[in-house]
Amino acid sequence: MGIDSTHRRFSWKGALARHSSALIFLFLFACFSLLSGRFLRIGNVVNILEQSSLLAVVAIGITFPIITGGIDLSVGSLVALCGALAAGLVTGHAVPVPLAIAMVLALGALLGGINGFIIVAGRFQPFVVTLATMAITRGATLVYTQGRPISGIPASFTFLGDRVAGIPVSLLILLIILILFQGLLRFTPFGAHLYALGGNEETARLAGISVHWIKIGAYSISGGMAALGGIILTARLWSAQPQAAVGLELQTIAAAVLGGVSLAGGSGGLAGTLLGALLMGTLANGLNLLGISSYLQQVIIGAIFIAAVMLDLWTKERHGESSQGALS
Amino acid sequence: MNFVLQAQGITKSFPGVQALKNVSFSVSPGSVHALVGENGAGKSTLMKIISGALASDEGTLFIDGEERILKNPREAQDLGIAMIHQELTILPLRSVAENIFLGREPRKAGGILLDYAALHTRATDLLNQIHVSVDPSRPAGTLSIAQQQMVEVAKALSLRARVIIMDEPTSSLTSRETSTLFQIIGELQKCGIALIYISHRLEEIFSIADTITILRDGQTVHSAPTADLTPDSVVRYMVGRELKEVFPQGKDSRGDTILRAEHLSGQRFTDVSFSLRSGEILGVAGLVGAGRSEVARALMGLDPLQGGTLLFQGEQIVPRSVRAMMRHGFAFLPEDRKAEGLFLNMSVRDNLAISMLDRVFPFGIIRPRLLLRLIRDYFHRLNIKTPSPLQRIKHLSGGNQQKVIIARCLSLKPRVLILDEPTRGIDIGAKSEIYTIAQDLAAQGVAIIMISSELPEILGISDRILVMREGKSVAILNQGEATQDLIMHKAAGGTSWE
Repeated sequence: MGIDSTHRRFSWKGALARHSSALIFLFLFACFSLLSGRFLRIGNVVNILEQSSLLAVVAIGITFPIITGGIDLSVGSLVALCGALAAGLVTGHAVPVPLAIAMVLALGALLGGINGFIIVAGRFQPFVVTLATMAITRGATLVYTQGRPISGIPASFTFLGDRVAGIPVSLLILLIILILFQGLLRFTPFGAHLYALGGNEETARLAGISVHWIKIGAYSISGGMAALGGIILTARLWSAQPQAAVGLELQTIAAAVLGGVSLAGGSGGLAGTLLGALLMGTLANGLNLLGISSYLQQVIIGAIFIAAVMLDLWTKERHGESSQGALS
Repeated sequence: MNFVLQAQGITKSFPGVQALKNVSFSVSPGSVHALVGENGAGKSTLMKIISGALASDEGTLFIDGEERILKNPREAQDLGIAMIHQELTILPLRSVAENIFLGREPRKAGGILLDYAALHTRATDLLNQIHVSVDPSRPAGTLSIAQQQMVEVAKALSLRARVIIMDEPTSSLTSRETSTLFQIIGELQKCGIALIYISHRLEEIFSIADTITILRDGQTVHSAPTADLTPDSVVRYMVGRELKEVFPQGKDSRGDTILRAEHLSGQRFTDVSFSLRSGEILGVAGLVGAGRSEVARALMGLDPLQGGTLLFQGEQIVPRSVRAMMRHGFAFLPEDRKAEGLFLNMSVRDNLAISMLDRVFPFGIIRPRLLLRLIRDYFHRLNIKTPSPLQRIKHLSGGNQQKVIIARCLSLKPRVLILDEPTRGIDIGAKSEIYTIAQDLAAQGVAIIMISSELPEILGISDRILVMREGKSVAILNQGEATQDLIMHKAAGGTSWE
């Protein structure tokens, strides 16, 4: 019986087919390098990575509900709420920084888990539930901050938005969670069950998968990563803004989709999402360097988004195989 | 002779596979031409070529004696060739009439407005033509599968089809619906319409077909008038070998009673009682809608039990969830392979392994090599044929897909295995393998409940047969006393036998 070996040989062609947005990424990178002398400098590349890391962290989180075939619209508001709470804890209540971070991360995961619980227990559409909690969370942020920024953050906290030996701390955080969650997706039953659930929920239930807990877990991860995003944002800005991260949920969804994560569920992975986030960061950075007005920037970003999705569809059709297996 | 459709020397290959090799056949007006063969024999490819969905590499198609090259299904339709797919293409929320005339709706006011009155009357005419009484304004999704099929037939008629291809039309019909379909086929024949009829059910083929063509490995192995063939000879041509023992004769391996159901009731069944011994195969017969699958789902904890008691090894249990029942040692092969059984876009390995991951890797980390070893073991035991464990399961044949789901059940080390229509839509070779697997499991002491709508299968494999009718258990028959007639009378509610 001809059974392939477990080792899959890496091929650039296959990798590009899986992540066609990499092509666009390389293309844009080349364009900006040619058009702007400042673009390719090490300092600027580090800037891009630093600026993309917040989006990437939250986008990695939202990838989990999207793989189940759901969505989490509350992440933007959750970034703001958790950022404000972290600021409040370390300033007003003088809670030690590590404890404050742990508390906020736990709260984010809990609030995300509550999203999942409502979706599962009420059999509601994830879109509807998280649209509601998006409003609730944003409102709670405004109530908590009374609409005013919280500043006076101690240096032990703003360190998270700083750099060590020229390397942004947020980038290191991003790398750690990327490795952690990539492992979770590829090498644990949770990951396998997540893809199964997204592929066919009824089959997953009949196969004895605890569909409810997997879903709650997915939203919990999304909430936890939004909390981490809030912490990074507060550290970077040296203050918490009640209107922070408005619309971030749409940017994270865009990053995931650019990275080839299907909104229908069951396919996609974190490498793609990361690439999508980097693509968006590069685009914003490059257009700024070229001095293109922020009004026109939105038009260009939208057009490139459409182009990326079309290219993705086209390469997938040509290669047939597209979505990744759960364990592969 | 005068043929409406003639295919000559059709050859088609896909990368790595010769799907069709020099296949010829012809269809005359008003006749039923049955096409049989195991899965993978090339039937679907041939039909795709005839209906314009696929181009052949070599060979010619003659329609009404004229050579034609079909570029797409639309051209085939225009020339009078319509195909009714096994998976119907009904829009559930649109009305019957709109479905029939989809894309070709009658218009008025110079083509700006839809002419609903004309739509309605024309649909009614077509439905009357085949003696189907369905309100054309009903949403098509509210119809039974059989009625939806009639809508597809009406659609083919509206296209003025002269050749209608039916792919496994009876796979989800009751026997009464099947005979209605056959009447309609008779009506179509009278109008001079030719039918190409694809089915695994030899009984049906022998009752309606004029000609039978048998494909094997992409080639025509035999084509003859039905009168010159017997079911045995057709099977012989299909598999290319003698299949004497379709039903292996297992020894009686029955042990103690492991499961006892007393007066169970739930969604769409009431007062169902039976007992099951370890090592026993209990067949469950009944018409579609008799509540057989509902009982299976309730036993598995998918739907709630509303009354009665269930004793497992003498202790009362309540099926609360699939996971709870799996811990008791229950495993379930669902009826609808694609919708409930498979993760179509995932690999063979993932489909097989998905239920055992928690148990085999208790620390939550998957070890890929160990997993592959475990999976290979199932490949050998169940003779699962796949180019690679990483192959997406949707590319496997129905029989191999079903064996992967059985392997998934076995990975749970079941004490009680519930099989709901395990051989639906798979070829006869794979069926025989599945019977052997069931017998082997019974010999190892697994208690098996097997629901099937095919009576020969139920009779061939069961130690005892539970017959259900309208949500109730009406009889339990021992292997010696059961016959097709007796089961049908119990299942349909005949009184003469009671």
